[in-house]
Amino acid sequence: MPRTSEPPLPRIIIEGVRKTYTLRHTHSFKETFVAWLRRKKVSTSFDALQHIDLTVGESEAVALLGYNGSGKSTLLKLVSGVLRPDRGRVLTRGRVAGLIEVGAGFHPDLSGRENVYLNAAILGMSKTEIDARFDEIVEFSEIGEFIDTEVKHYSSGMFVRLAFSVAIHTELDILLVDEVLAVGDAPFREKCKAKIRELVAAGKTLFIVSHDLSMVAELCSRGLVLRRGELVYDGAIDDAIDQLKAITR
Amino acid sequence: MSKPDSVDLSAFTVPGTGRGVFDVFGYRYLLRLLVRKGILTRYHGSALGWAWSYVKPAAQFLIYYLVMGVFLGLNRGIEAFPVYLFSGIVVVNLFNEAFGNATRSIVNNRALVKKIYLPRELFPIADVFIAFVHFLPQLTILIAVCLFSGWAPSLVQLAGALLAIVIILLIATGLGLLFGSINVTFRDSQNLVELILMFATYTSPVLYSFQMVENKLPPWLFDLYMMNPVTAAVELFHSAFWFPTTSGSAARPEHLWLISALAIVIAIVALVVGQLVFRRLEGRFAQDL
Repeated sequence: MPRTSEPPLPRIIIEGVRKTYTLRHTHSFKETFVAWLRRKKVSTSFDALQHIDLTVGESEAVALLGYNGSGKSTLLKLVSGVLRPDRGRVLTRGRVAGLIEVGAGFHPDLSGRENVYLNAAILGMSKTEIDARFDEIVEFSEIGEFIDTEVKHYSSGMFVRLAFSVAIHTELDILLVDEVLAVGDAPFREKCKAKIRELVAAGKTLFIVSHDLSMVAELCSRGLVLRRGELVYDGAIDDAIDQLKAITR
Repeated sequence: MSKPDSVDLSAFTVPGTGRGVFDVFGYRYLLRLLVRKGILTRYHGSALGWAWSYVKPAAQFLIYYLVMGVFLGLNRGIEAFPVYLFSGIVVVNLFNEAFGNATRSIVNNRALVKKIYLPRELFPIADVFIAFVHFLPQLTILIAVCLFSGWAPSLVQLAGALLAIVIILLIATGLGLLFGSINVTFRDSQNLVELILMFATYTSPVLYSFQMVENKLPPWLFDLYMMNPVTAAVELFHSAFWFPTTSGSAARPEHLWLISALAIVIAIVALVVGQLVFRRLEGRFAQDL
């Protein structure tokens, strides 16, 4: 393990976690009835994650790697609390903020300003916290004078910049990132990376899912490789990337 | 790697678990913003804007008045029939709007429910608040009409009106949590609710008087009819707004306070059941949406 200084308390504990999805093949009473008559299966289940054990400490930047369908996003959603494990347990310490699909809470008919307040509140900030950081958020997003324009008139780049800026300025201890760094132009991406590094340096925990291996290599120190719901590698990021390249879907 | 068993777990929380509706108090600011969003975007892009909140109930009132009062002659025997009609309609409108919107709220907010953990009770509760805000213009018209008809209510009657609003908001929240959580997996739920809402206007004494029901139904069935919390709220509104504008000779239901107390109990039971079912199903929201 490349971790030299083990922090006294971890930030995320994942213990024996299993997540099973049940897929229903019928969507109406009629279909269910016909399937039952023909003795076909009404539903199948598959394990998105099986028996994951994991501990993440403070100030750690961890990358979750794996091909499509390996269970990366499911694991992230378990940590954020959107999903609950079917077995085992997930524990977190401190405030968790998800940069998961930025702009999920944006309303096109509201102005940029109102959306900033709404989304920061959705991410768990109080009014005083948002007031204190509002200028910083707007400045980071480079929206400038358009902050009082309705969001539906924004270009897609402006939209994403504002959403990302809100998320990254929330008060947090654990930051979850799911494939959102692919947004914005190159200068903005650089700015985001710098901001994330700053957070990690300040003792925040970063948990990131991405297919952008070069960016992950830049930001993270530890890599986890998932394959079909199983954790197949946990170690230094460069080795993890090599491992990922060696396995098949 | 540190063994989790050896770690002091007191500082840790399990993500995705909350205290249900009580968590909403902790998220007051977000609730306020969600309600504000609902109100601001409601009539967005319409030239008349909030005037629609006045036009719609007025049109509804007019149609009921023409059909029920003038064509069917139901106003015979009911003094000040227009006021009677309107004071009942606003209560049922509040119930329909609050319950209907709360039922669809989780599905409507699926983008958020799937991505970010929040106490999900916030969404139906915000919708109930929004419905309440839309009820206020109707209440204003009602009060204006009543004042015009020489309205002088007693404090007790006004307290009754307040109680009626509380009953409706509680029962709409409870039923909204119940049907809203089922609606995630089975969209049949919202169709069933539409059916219930269609009945709501007719299963309470809005378009007719409670005596017409009393005369036709056996006593036990009439008691059941009066146990409907919406009926209690409608009658409380009649007592507060319509009755003071009449000569005071009209019959009022016996034991109206008892019926109202029962309505409060039923509403609280609905809230508890709704919350329990909601919590039970909540774990599947993100994967079923």
